[in-house]
Amino acid sequence: MAEPNPSPLAAEARRPLSPHLQVYRLTLTMMMSGIHRITGMGLYLGTLLLAWWLIAAATDAASFETVSWVMSSIIGRLILLGFTWALFTHMLGGVRHFIWDAGIGMEHPEREYLAHMTIWGGLALTLIVWVIAYAVR
Amino acid sequence: MVEFALPKNSRPTKGKTWPKPASAKNVREFRIYRWNPDDGQNPRIDTYHVDMDDCGPMVLDAIIWIKNKVDPTLTFRRSCREGICGSCAMNIDGANTLACTKDMATIKGAVAIYPLPHMPVVKDLVPDLTRFYAQHASIEPWLKTVSPQPEKEWRQSHEDRVKLDGLYECILCACCSTSCPSYWWNGDRYLGPAVLLQAYRWLIDSRDEATGERLDNLEDPFRLYRCHTIMNCAKTCPKGLNPAKAIAEIKNMMVARQI
Repeated sequence: MAEPNPSPLAAEARRPLSPHLQVYRLTLTMMMSGIHRITGMGLYLGTLLLAWWLIAAATDAASFETVSWVMSSIIGRLILLGFTWALFTHMLGGVRHFIWDAGIGMEHPEREYLAHMTIWGGLALTLIVWVIAYAVR
Repeated sequence: MVEFALPKNSRPTKGKTWPKPASAKNVREFRIYRWNPDDGQNPRIDTYHVDMDDCGPMVLDAIIWIKNKVDPTLTFRRSCREGICGSCAMNIDGANTLACTKDMATIKGAVAIYPLPHMPVVKDLVPDLTRFYAQHASIEPWLKTVSPQPEKEWRQSHEDRVKLDGLYECILCACCSTSCPSYWWNGDRYLGPAVLLQAYRWLIDSRDEATGERLDNLEDPFRLYRCHTIMNCAKTCPKGLNPAKAIAEIKNMMVARQI
């Protein structure tokens, strides 16, 4: 037999926290909220990269060469690709939040349409920029 | 505070598999969260099998069947069994809803049932809603007036009454608030979707004369502005209401009164 409860307060202190992220099925708008935050953090790193490039350009030719070499490597290009995607996805996420802040498009299925617009719009704009970049190179 | 993992004492362990009903042909599996405050153990997930030919269509029918025929210690709240009392709110198949209005035919595979997420558990599927109710009380959910009391009732035009549609139907089941990640991480300071929808219900009521005070009470980085339009509240509400939209309307009222 278990010990009898010393007091109800002790039982209260032992209460477990019910599962949350572990059991909640991911919703589209919940995922997009997460992606908005992650891309937002990614943009800080991208901005540092941009600052590094500008500082090198202002310093001398050798520094600029180094940065250009890093950026045009395969890994450098992948990072820039990610930066472009994060920029557009976060920008369109901002537009989505702006629309919602006006109290528009919050019902089902409009809210899901807006979430899809963020995902596919972000990918499409990234693709367009890179196609143009390679075309004019 | 954001903490993705559960505390050590809250991590569910594998529980008991209860015997299948003898001679049943149409059996459905249920995995249900159990926690007993008296045995000093961690929560566990028990497996039950329900004879669907002997049971009603809703999830509440199945857990009542289990309680009556398999395990009388299974603990949950229920009352009206028709979606108006809000007692049987729980996390079913990965989303919060009322067990009494959740049709089992809409669920694929085994039915997973947990208490409302990120809440202190009293026992099994019963969460402690003390803080939730205190937050509701904090918005003073009653008509406040300064005008002299009319001889009969406080009158309201048809157009003004329509503004309460989609708000007055809230039964305070807490499905929305406990579906909100912002409420999970900051539930001690953020009021959460249910309470904010209730706040808006009084803000928009043409008979209420305390709009300014009510807005003052909400003008706070946490109480109102922790809503990040994640929209889980609107998706999960078993009454089909839209707390996210009510919150957006409150934010707009805040802006409008600055102009």
